Amino acid sequence: MSSLVLIVLLPFLGSCLAALLPANARNWEAWLAGSVTLGCAVLALLQYGAVAGGDVLRTTVSWLPQYGLNLIFRMDGFAWLFTLLVSVIGFLVVLYARYYMSPEDPVPRFFSFLLAFMGAMLGVVLSGNLIQLVLFWELTSLTSFMLIGYWHHRADARRGARMAFTVTATGGLALFAGMVILGQIVGSYDLDDVLVAGDLVRAHDGYLWVLGLVALGALTKSAQFPFHFWLPRAMAAPTPVSAFLHSATMVKAGVFLLIRFWPVLAGTEAWSLIIGGAGLATLVIGAFLAIFQHDLKGLLAYSTISHLGLITLLLGIGTPLAAVAAIFHTINHATFKASLFMAAGIIDHETGTRDLRQLGGLRHLMPITTTLAMVAAAAMAGVPLLNGFLSKEMFFAETIDVSGSMNWGLPLAATLAGLFSVTYSLRFIHEVFFGPPARDLPRVPHEPPYWMRFPIEALVLACLVVGVVPGLTIGPYLHLAVVSVLGGATPEYSLSVWHGFNLPLLMSVAALGGGVLLYLVLEKCLPVRSLDKVPLLHRFDGQREFERVLMAVTGFAGRVQHRLTSQRLQPQLMWLVLVTLIAGLLPSLRGVTDLRELPMALDPAFAMMWLIGGICAVAAAYQAKYHRLAALALVGGTGLVVCLTFAWFSAPDLALTQLAVEVVTTVLILLGLRWLPRRLEPKELGIQASLRDRVRRSRDFLIATLGGGGMALLAYLVLTRDQSESIADFFLEKALPEGGGTNVVNVILVDFRGFDTFGEIAVLGIVALTVYALLRRFRPAPESIHLSQQQDDPEGYTPSKDAEEGSLLVPGLFMRALMPVLMVVSIYLFMRGHNMPGGGFVAGLVMSVAIILQYMVGGTEWVEEKLPIRPHVWISSGLLLALLTGLGAWVFGYPFLTTHSPHPVLPLVGEVPLPSAFLFDLGVFSLVVGATVLVLIALGHQSVRSHRSSAKAGDTPDENRQRGAIRWS
Amino acid sequence: MMTVSIAPVLTFALICISLGMLLALIRLLRGPTAQDRVIALDMIYVSAMLLLLVQGMRFGNTLYFDIALLIALLGCVGSIAMAKFLLRGEVIE
Repeated sequence: MSSLVLIVLLPFLGSCLAALLPANARNWEAWLAGSVTLGCAVLALLQYGAVAGGDVLRTTVSWLPQYGLNLIFRMDGFAWLFTLLVSVIGFLVVLYARYYMSPEDPVPRFFSFLLAFMGAMLGVVLSGNLIQLVLFWELTSLTSFMLIGYWHHRADARRGARMAFTVTATGGLALFAGMVILGQIVGSYDLDDVLVAGDLVRAHDGYLWVLGLVALGALTKSAQFPFHFWLPRAMAAPTPVSAFLHSATMVKAGVFLLIRFWPVLAGTEAWSLIIGGAGLATLVIGAFLAIFQHDLKGLLAYSTISHLGLITLLLGIGTPLAAVAAIFHTINHATFKASLFMAAGIIDHETGTRDLRQLGGLRHLMPITTTLAMVAAAAMAGVPLLNGFLSKEMFFAETIDVSGSMNWGLPLAATLAGLFSVTYSLRFIHEVFFGPPARDLPRVPHEPPYWMRFPIEALVLACLVVGVVPGLTIGPYLHLAVVSVLGGATPEYSLSVWHGFNLPLLMSVAALGGGVLLYLVLEKCLPVRSLDKVPLLHRFDGQREFERVLMAVTGFAGRVQHRLTSQRLQPQLMWLVLVTLIAGLLPSLRGVTDLRELPMALDPAFAMMWLIGGICAVAAAYQAKYHRLAALALVGGTGLVVCLTFAWFSAPDLALTQLAVEVVTTVLILLGLRWLPRRLEPKELGIQASLRDRVRRSRDFLIATLGGGGMALLAYLVLTRDQSESIADFFLEKALPEGGGTNVVNVILVDFRGFDTFGEIAVLGIVALTVYALLRRFRPAPESIHLSQQQDDPEGYTPSKDAEEGSLLVPGLFMRALMPVLMVVSIYLFMRGHNMPGGGFVAGLVMSVAIILQYMVGGTEWVEEKLPIRPHVWISSGLLLALLTGLGAWVFGYPFLTTHSPHPVLPLVGEVPLPSAFLFDLGVFSLVVGATVLVLIALGHQSVRSHRSSAKAGDTPDENRQRGAIRWS
Repeated sequence: MMTVSIAPVLTFALICISLGMLLALIRLLRGPTAQDRVIALDMIYVSAMLLLLVQGMRFGNTLYFDIALLIALLGCVGSIAMAKFLLRGEVIE
C-alpha cells in the first residue's frame, strides 16, 4: 500500500483500536496514539526525498470510477510540510495529554476521537480530489464536535460543541457547493487539473459563486469575522484538544484551503475584498478582544482568531510575497500557539483555575514553565529573535508594499493589531507569573512532570531556533512549500533576521513600545481586572446573534410544520388516501374514454361473490367506529372473497397465503380489541351527534369507499389490459430449468428474488422483536384494565380446567385434536412448496395457528407448562439458516444465495429433488413461526399481567428464565 | 354404458351455495347480536369451501381441493377466536 494512503489510514485504524481498549488504559492509549502519530510523521519524512525533487506524489484508489470519482492522495511540498506539522504537533499533544487527562476521564474515547480527527485532517491535507477534500473536511467538523464536547456532562462543552459544529458544518456545506461548481467549471474534480486552470476559473461567470462559497467554508472553519464566535466557546474542550485544534489543525484547515486554492482563486478584486476584508477585521477585532479576556484560554482563543486573521489578510492581499508570509506565519503560529495552550493547560492543571484575576506570582513556584511561556508569548507578540517576529515583519513589509505612499490605512491597522498583540501577550505573562503570589488557589501549584513539559520545551526550542537562524532551519522546507503553491510565480524573498533600518522595523518597534505603553496605561487608568465587559465591542456579541438566528429558524420551521402538518392520524390518512386516489386514477384512466367500453364478460357466480365482498367491505367501513367486532367480522367476509378471487384466477399460492393471513390477523385484532375502551353510540348515550360530526363521518365514509373502489378499479384495469410482454414469461420459462421447481411463485421467492426475501424476513424478525419489546412496557388505559364482565368466575377457575371438564369440553377437545392435523398440513405445505402451491411462509403461518389455538383453549399458563415455546430461538435460527444457506454458495465460488438443485437417489425413496432453496425456505418457515407466535403471544400475555395470577401458578419469572423461556413482562 | 354430464348439477349446486352465502350475508349485516354475525361469517366460510369444491369439479383441477382443505381447517379458527372473545372477553387468558 502506498505510504500516502497509509498516512491517512493509520490514524483511523488507531482510532478504532483505541476505542476498544479498556477505560483505564491510559498508558496503552498513549503508547498507541503516540506510535500512530510518530508513524505518520516518519512516513511523511520518508517522502522528503521525492518531494524535495519537486515531484508531486500521487496515489489513486478506485472509488466510483464510473462517475470519474476516485480517491486521490496527493503530496506536494506544501502538503508535505502540513502533514509533518500536523503529525509532529499531534505527537506532542498525545504526550501532553497522557499527563493532562485525569484517571477518571474515559481516555479511550478521547484518544479515539483525537486520532480520528487527525486522520480527517491529514485527509484534507493530502486530498487530490475536490469531493474527497470536502468529505474529509466535514469529517474534521464531526470529529472536532466530538472532541469539543468530550466532557459532555458539562453544559458549556455541549453548547460549545454544538455551536462549533453548526458553524463549521454549515460552512462545509457551502464549500461542498463551491467545490461542485469549481469542478464543473474546470471539467474535472482532480486537484492537479484545477490548480492549472486558474485563468479559466477567474474569467468564468461562476467565479464569484465559487469564491463566495469557498470563502464561506474557509472563513467559518478558520473562525474569521463574522464567524469567529464559535472558537472561544470551543475552549470548553480539554486543553490538549485546544492545543491541537487551534494551533496546527482545525482552524488551520480554513487557511490551508485558502493557500491551496490561492493559485486558482486569488488575484481578483473580489478576492481581496472578501478574504482581505474579513482578515483585516478579524486581525484587529480579535487582538482587541483578547486584551480584555479573563479566561486564560479565552485570551489565547481570541489571539488565535487574530493571528488567523493576519494569515487570511496576507492571503487576501494577493501578492506572491504575501502568500509566502502567510505560509510562514501558519507554521510559526502553530508552534508558539500550541506551546502556549499547553502552558495554559499546565497552569490550569496545577492551580485549578484559568481565571487571570485569580492567578499571579507563579514564577516562584513554576520557574521553568514561566520561562517557556514567556518565550512563547514573546514569539506571539513578535519580539525579535523569535519566529513570530520574522513573519510579522514580512507582514508589515507587505502592508506597506501594497498600500503605496498615499494610503496609510492598512499599515496603521496592522501596527495597531501588532500593538494589541503585545499588550495581551504582556498581560498573559504579567498577570499569571508576576505580581504578588496568588492566594486562595484551589490547588497548590508546582512544576508539572517532566514529560508533560517536554512538548512545550520542544516547541519553544523550535520558535527560538527558527527565530535566530531561519535560513538554516526552516528555510529549505518553507521554500519547498512556497514553490509547490506558487510555482513559477515564486518571488525572491529573504528570511534573514536583520533587514536594516526600514519602515517595517519601525512598525515593529512602534508596536512593541506602544503595546507596553498601552498595558501600563490600562493598568493605571482602566484596570482590566475590574472590567466585566469588553469596552466598545461588547455589544457585538456573535454568540447572541447566532442563537437568535438559530431560534428564529427553529421557530419558523415549527410554525411551518404546524401549518402544514397535523399530529392526528386521521387527517394525515385522509390526505394520503385522497392524493393517492387522484394520483392513481389519472394515469390508469388514460386511454379509457368510456368505462362501459371495458370488457365486461363475467361469470355470474364470480360477480355474486364480488358483490358479497364489496358489501362486506363497505359495511365494515360503516361499522368501524362504534361496532368494532361487527366490522372485524365483515372484514373477514371481504378477506375470504379476496381469497376466493385468487383461487378463481389460478393463484392458489396467494389464496392459501391470504387465508392464513386472514385468520392470524383476525386473532391479532381480537387480542388488541380487549384493550380498547368500549365506544358508545350517541343514541346509546341519549344525545344527538352534531351536524359537523355527521358531515365529517359521511365524508370519511365516502373517501374510504372511493379508496376501496379505486383499488378495485385499478386491479380491474390491470387485469383487463392486454399484456403481450411481461416479466412473467421470463420466470415461467426459467423456473424449472434454473430454479429447480415447478411452483414459479415459490421459486421466485426463494431463488430469483431470494435476496429480497432474505431482507423481508430480517425485517419481519426485527418487527416481531420490537413489538415484543414495546409490549413489555405496555400499560393499558385505566378504563380497560379491569376484567371483562364475562369473567365473574367461581374460585379456582382456570381456562384449562374449563376445557377439560367444564363447559368448553367439546370445543376444547376439538381444538386440541386440531393441533397435530394442522402440523401435518403445515409440513405437507412446506415440503411440496417448491413444486406445488405452498412454501415456507404459508406453512409457518399454519404452524403458528396450530400453536395459537392451544393458547386459546388452555390459556397461557397451561400451554407454557406443557410446551416451552421459544419464539426468539425460532426467529434467530430461521434467520441464521437462511443466511448460512446463502453463504454456502460462496464456499463453491458462486454469488450469495445461488441455488443448487441436486437430485440424489436415495434407497427406497428413489430420486429426490433437494434444492438448496429448500433449506432457505426452512429458514423462512422457522422465522415466520417465531415472529407470528411472538407477536400474538406477547399480546396474549398482557391479560396474564392484568390478572397478576402468575404468582399463583407457582412459576416465578426467575424459574422461567432459568429454563431459558422468554420473559414476557 | 350411459354417460351423464354433471355440468348442470354443478351449476345448480353453485346457485344453491351462492344463495346460501347471500342469506348468510344478510345475517352478517343485520346481526342483531354479535353472535349472529360470528355464526354468519362461519357460514360464509363453509359456503366458500363448498364453492371451491364445486369449482374444482367444474374445472377438473385438484388445486381447489387444497384451498378448500385449508379453509375447512383454518376457517373455524377465526370463528373460535371470536366466540372466545364474546364468551370470556379475551381470546387468550
